[in-house]
This record gives sequence, structure tokens and C-alpha cells, in this order.
Amino acid sequence: MIEVMGLTKTYGPVVAIQDLNFRVERGEIVGFLGPNGAGKTTTMRILTGYMPPTRGRALVAGFDVLQQPLEVRRRVGYMPETVPLYPEMTVADYLDFMARLRGVPNRRERIAAVMARLGLTERAEDRIGKLSKGYRQRVGLAQAILHEPEVLILDEPTIGLDPQQIIEVRQLIRQLGERHTIILSTHILPEVSQVADRVLIINKGRLIAEDTPEGLTALLAGGRRLEVEIEAPGVGEEEVRKVLAAVPGVQEVTLEAPQRYVVVAREADDPRPLLAKAIVERGWRLFELRTSALSLEDIFLQLITRESGVETA
Amino acid sequence: MRNAWTIMRRELMAYFVSPIAYVVTALFLALHGYMFSLILFFSQEATMRYLFGTMTTVLLFIAPVLAMRLLAEEYRSGTIELLLTAPLRDWELVLGKWLASVVLWAVMLLFTLVYPYFLYLYGPPDWGPVVSGYVGIFLFGAALLALGTLASALTENQIVAAILGTVFTVGLWVLRGAGDLLGGTLSRVVNYIALADHTMDFTRGVVDTRDLLYFMSVMVLALFLATRAVEVRRMQ
Repeated sequence: MIEVMGLTKTYGPVVAIQDLNFRVERGEIVGFLGPNGAGKTTTMRILTGYMPPTRGRALVAGFDVLQQPLEVRRRVGYMPETVPLYPEMTVADYLDFMARLRGVPNRRERIAAVMARLGLTERAEDRIGKLSKGYRQRVGLAQAILHEPEVLILDEPTIGLDPQQIIEVRQLIRQLGERHTIILSTHILPEVSQVADRVLIINKGRLIAEDTPEGLTALLAGGRRLEVEIEAPGVGEEEVRKVLAAVPGVQEVTLEAPQRYVVVAREADDPRPLLAKAIVERGWRLFELRTSALSLEDIFLQLITRESGVETA
Repeated sequence: MRNAWTIMRRELMAYFVSPIAYVVTALFLALHGYMFSLILFFSQEATMRYLFGTMTTVLLFIAPVLAMRLLAEEYRSGTIELLLTAPLRDWELVLGKWLASVVLWAVMLLFTLVYPYFLYLYGPPDWGPVVSGYVGIFLFGAALLALGTLASALTENQIVAAILGTVFTVGLWVLRGAGDLLGGTLSRVVNYIALADHTMDFTRGVVDTRDLLYFMSVMVLALFLATRAVEVRRMQ
């Protein structure tokens, strides 16, 4: 449904995205995960036919975004991060305008159906400027699905919503996923594991990891994660960190909280005995040494801070 | 084309909700009502000629104001992103926007028909020049609005758009003076580009095809450049 090959976009000297390669199959919900400025919005804008890439190709529903942008736009529903709307228009008028623009047949029925689906029917005659953020988001979503697009591209769909609204929107996205191919971008990690079938992690314009949420967890929890609580009187935390990192099999040690260290090792190595030995030998107090599962947060942070590629499954 | 119509409809709705359209129309009519009475009193002539002259000058300044929000507001509020990701060609967007402003202008002109009506009561005027004058001033306004649309396509700040638009309209107008200074054939070329000359004949009851061509050219060129400006926006 979506194929991206060598996609690159530069604004003068600034490289927004570089050499992206990925596919999204029909009916998948794919999450784009990355910190702000990673290139998620740029990628989405290219996929929606808004702007052309500098290099590379992107095919959406079989159409090239550069050669046939109009065909691409016909088949894509897009909700930008800012959810821009016309505040002076009523919900019904706005949806009517968008429906006309997109050549939606049976406008009235379709608008009524979409409003019902998104719980907007009671708000149909309200001015958009007067709606709460949650309702405005719904109007934004309504506009995106009005023409029954094959692909939905949602940029940070739950940003600015309260927890209740976030749950509702996520449910909605899962439902929509039954009939549409969806790409959503976010920097909220739980969102991706709850909603997406697959995750694409982007940082500084490059794709650095791609897998299912479970796959990524498994991949890097080959990947033993240990939490150690140590009291080392008279010794600085950096010193403790170095000692732990020097233990054979240990890949990385980070300070998580005062006196709490996170030790990452490969699945094959179990540094626990040697760690315990190193700590006790020096007369430090070992309060806790335990294994914990690698959360998506950890994977994400590891990948981001390491800035290295990870072999994809 | 149908898309341009959709854009035009929405923009017209927006015009009638915004205060700008009403304020400008009210001021326009108040000013010209006053001028009309004054001119009629002093000239005792049943003619619209002088009033059209006033209108052309006033239009130089209000056309950019009417057009300032057309694209600038879409840029500012971010709604441009939805327009540019819809199956809408850039020129359809620009055309629809401009047409909305032209319709508003036509409505304003329609209100001014009271003046010829008064002339009719007073002592029937020569209708030829009145009709051709209206055609001329309408096209003139439409051309200026195209320049205003271009200005609006270049910035997200409405005030800057209005000022830029005024630079375009006034610039094109005063080119006349520059033309005179240059002399020779260059003078004639420059004067042709200037707006001023092309309004004269209309007010005298002459519909010169050169003037029509001129107005059309200004419209086409300005709208073409505005479309390019929108394309450039995509890149950012």
C-alpha cells in the first residue's frame, strides 16, 4: 500500500530525512516513533502529496507522490498535528466544504454517518472555534475519513487531549484500522505499543529500527536488564558506574536514580555474580540486584542515545 | 474548475462573517456618496466620469485590503495544509480565492448603482459612458484584486500582504509618471504598463480592446505568480 525507497528531503543545507526505506501493507497500523524534529512530519507531508521529496521515491496506493500527487491526495486522509480548522465555520458547514472539495458522493448521508461515528452529531451546528480540543480533534478526524480513503495519515493524533479523550481516540484508531491502512506518528511510547501493529523508529532523519512492539522488546532484551541499588560511601556515582561497566559481559550502565543503576548486558552473559562480587569486594553496600524487562521506553532511549542502527528482524 | 467554485463559496461565506468586508463596503459607499453629491453640486453635470476617477484612486488602496486575508490567513492558521493535501490544484485554489474577492467587489459596485439612478432622476445622463465606465471600473478592480491576491500569497501576515499589495497597485499606477520622464519609445512602453492610462477611455464611454487586454494580462500574470508562490510554500 505504501512503499518508500531512498526517501530524502533537504531544506537547503538542512537534512530533514535521509534515505528512508520502508513498506506499509494494506490494513496495517504503523507507528512512527521519534523525538521532536526527527523527521516524522516531513515524511508524512511527503506521503500525503503535500511536498515533493528531494530524492528517492514514495508510492502510496500504487501512485508516485512526485508524478501523480493528485491521485495520491485523493486516496489519503490526513490529520496534521495542529488540526487546523476554520473557527468561524460550524462543524456541519466545514465537513460539507471538505466533502465538496474531495468530491464525496451522497454528501449529506456521508457527513451524517461520519458525524455519528465520531460522536459529533450534537455539535453539528456549533462553531468550531467554540469547541473543546477533544471535539476539534474529532472534527479533524472526521475530515480525514470523509472520503473513505485507503490510507490515513495521522500526525500526533492524541496530543493535547486529556487521558479520557486519549483512550477514546486510540480506540477509534483501532476501529478505523479495520478498514484503513494507518500511519500515525507520536512521541508517546505507550501509544505505539497499544495501537500499532508495527513500529518505525526515526531519529535525526534516519530510520533506526523497525519491528513489531514485541519484536523490538525481544530484540533488545537479548538484552538482559538489571537494576542495582548500591550505596558506596565516599565514592562518586561516576566511579561506581565505571566499576560496574568494567565487569565482563556488561554493555552499558546508566544512573537511573540516586544510588540506582541500570545495567544492560547481552542475553548470553549473566554478569550478576561478577557484579555482586565487584560491589562487595570494595566494601560497598548492595541493597538490590534484580532483573527487569526492557520496556519500550528503554529500547527507544537506547536507540536514540546510541544513534546506531539495530539489525532489523 | 468545480474545486475553484467550492473554494470561492467558502471564501464568500468567510467574507460575510468577517467585519472587514462590511467595514470596507460601508466606508467605500459613504465616501463615494459624499463625493458624488459634491461633484454633482459643483459640476451640475449628469455624468459619472469624475466619480469613476475617484473610485480608481480609492481602489488602489482598498483592493489590497480586501484581498489581504485570501491566502495569508490560510498560511497563518495552518489550514493551508489541508487545502494542499486535498485533490485541489494550486491554480484552482488561487482562482477560487480571487473570484470570491471579485464577487465582493461586484456587490459593492452594485450598491453604487444608486448614483446613476439619481442621475436618471435629475436629468438623464448619457448612458453609454456610464455603462462602459462600470465595465471598466469593474475590470480595473478585478485586476487590482489579482495583485492583492498575489501579495497575500507571499506572506502569512495580513498587514504585510495589504502593504505589499498597495506597493504593487500604487507602483503600477505611478509608473505613468516615470514613463513621462523617460521619453521616446521607452516612455510609451512604460506608460502602457502603467494602470492610469487604461482607465481613461472607459470613463469616456470608449471600450478599447487594448485596455481589456491590459486588464486581462494583469489578472493572468498576477494569478499565475500567486500560483507559483503557493507552489513554493509547499517546499517549506
